[in-house]
Amino acid sequence: MHTSAKRKAYITLMRVLMWVSTALTAALVLFLLGYVLWNGLPNITWELLSTKPSYITDRIGILPDILNTLYVVLATLVFVVPLGVGAAVYLTEYASNKRIVGVIEYAAETLSGIPSIIYGLVGMLLFSNNMGTCLMAGSLTLVIMNLPTIMRTTQESLKTVPQSYREGAFGLGAGKWRVIRTVVLPNCIDGVITGCILTVGRILGESAALLFTAGLAHAVNGIVDGLASPGATLTVALYVYAKEEGEFGIAFAIAAILMVLTILINLAATLVGKYYNNRRNV
Amino acid sequence: MKKNRLIENIVHGIFLLLGLITVGCVLIITIYLVISGIPAIREIGLVPFLFGKTWASTSAQPLYGILPFILTSIYGTAGAILLGVPIGFLTAVYLSKVAPPKIKSVMETAVSLMAGIPSVVYGLIGMMVLVPGIRSLFRIPDGASLLAAIIVLAIMILPSIIKVSMTALDAVPKEYEDASLALGATPIETYFRVSVPAAKSGISAAVVLGVGRAIGEAMAIMMVAGNAPNMPSLFQSVRFLTTAVASEMAYSSGLQQQALFSIALVLFLFIMLINATLNFFLKRSKEV
Repeated sequence: MHTSAKRKAYITLMRVLMWVSTALTAALVLFLLGYVLWNGLPNITWELLSTKPSYITDRIGILPDILNTLYVVLATLVFVVPLGVGAAVYLTEYASNKRIVGVIEYAAETLSGIPSIIYGLVGMLLFSNNMGTCLMAGSLTLVIMNLPTIMRTTQESLKTVPQSYREGAFGLGAGKWRVIRTVVLPNCIDGVITGCILTVGRILGESAALLFTAGLAHAVNGIVDGLASPGATLTVALYVYAKEEGEFGIAFAIAAILMVLTILINLAATLVGKYYNNRRNV
Repeated sequence: MKKNRLIENIVHGIFLLLGLITVGCVLIITIYLVISGIPAIREIGLVPFLFGKTWASTSAQPLYGILPFILTSIYGTAGAILLGVPIGFLTAVYLSKVAPPKIKSVMETAVSLMAGIPSVVYGLIGMMVLVPGIRSLFRIPDGASLLAAIIVLAIMILPSIIKVSMTALDAVPKEYEDASLALGATPIETYFRVSVPAAKSGISAAVVLGVGRAIGEAMAIMMVAGNAPNMPSLFQSVRFLTTAVASEMAYSSGLQQQALFSIALVLFLFIMLINATLNFFLKRSKEV
């Protein structure tokens, strides 16, 4: 078959453009990874990881920031998981009114579209102005922010629970609450775990929502005192060290840590997805 | 039996409350932003606030005009879309239609990794690579500029554009493509003239999502845009709506702080508009 010169030119052009774009994207990812790890990994020392900033030795340590990140992750998950799972259960098991479902889903979509700087501002007005600037205020802000994520992943996995499981339980005379407790909830664990992984990833990367709600301090505390006092998470600390203090070595070290954690979280999400898919198909 | 029914009703009530919590959150956020954003607009006046060209919040006779921020946000987002969408779109077509499965899965992992990188890390790399690069390439005194912000934003929206476009392209029925191939079109022609138009709504949704991401990003551009409240110009230090809020929040009070809340309200209205557009396209792509 004859292909005209014009068509040939179009095909070649499109092919080249697609190639260049994909190569560019791939190169970009490699560069981002390589640049951060190359500049950051050599700066990670045991001393950096295990101490707090000290004016006496004039050294910077990021132990408080690591602990703060951990506390914020824990506190956020403790609140957001029951709320998100509950909302998902309501939507898939109870809600019969299509209008209510529509409104709730629209609200969830709206929440996931709101930029984190606005969450930071509202969190400041709502939480920090009442309980003081502290990790807990930051965590509560993040709870609102991550609610849609947990809700969506739980909903997805609830949808895959076969209707016959519920009918079987109802047929045996179980009430609705009992069916939810014994049949529905145990079957949505994969969605909850996926949601938790995504949430942890988002918290690790969050800075704008925490800057004005959780503060900037670098003190080593236990979890209870820690949540009640202001503190910077790793991302906020990166921002402060790079932008305000010009400590680029420290900033790169934190960036490398965050990069490694991001890779691990992506890996974990993929593995969990695969594990549960395999089990479903068996 | 009665006790059982009581428990059922209580549980139903609890779940209803949990279900309505997202609605409550949206209402609270909206109400708080409106209540705290209105007073400053009242005091400054809507027209001088939205269309004033000078922001001088700390001078003796403070001026609160946010036109520079609004325009910077619009130009910056438009620039990021112009730069990021073609690259993301072409990558998505390649990965969805042409790429061998191995390359596809490796690139999918790479793209989701890219989506997970914290924005401050993008900001840091922009600060260390882009800003000095722009300074020496264009011989300007400071590389922290609208251009640097546009490039960072374009890179940051790339993963969402690729992912959402790919989902739309993957969902195009195989029959459409087979019909086109059977009529004598080459594979590449089929992808661009049949598959892409069929996935139009999904790809539009990807673009709108990118717009939302770009206009809402704060920390990364805070690190590369310079933050001077100038009217937007490619090689000048600029301030976005988001960075305007972030850069003065820490030390502001009184009318200045209230004006920052008003800026957040304006940003929020932009976002709501973008969300409504996004929903429109998403619904359409589901119906097709």
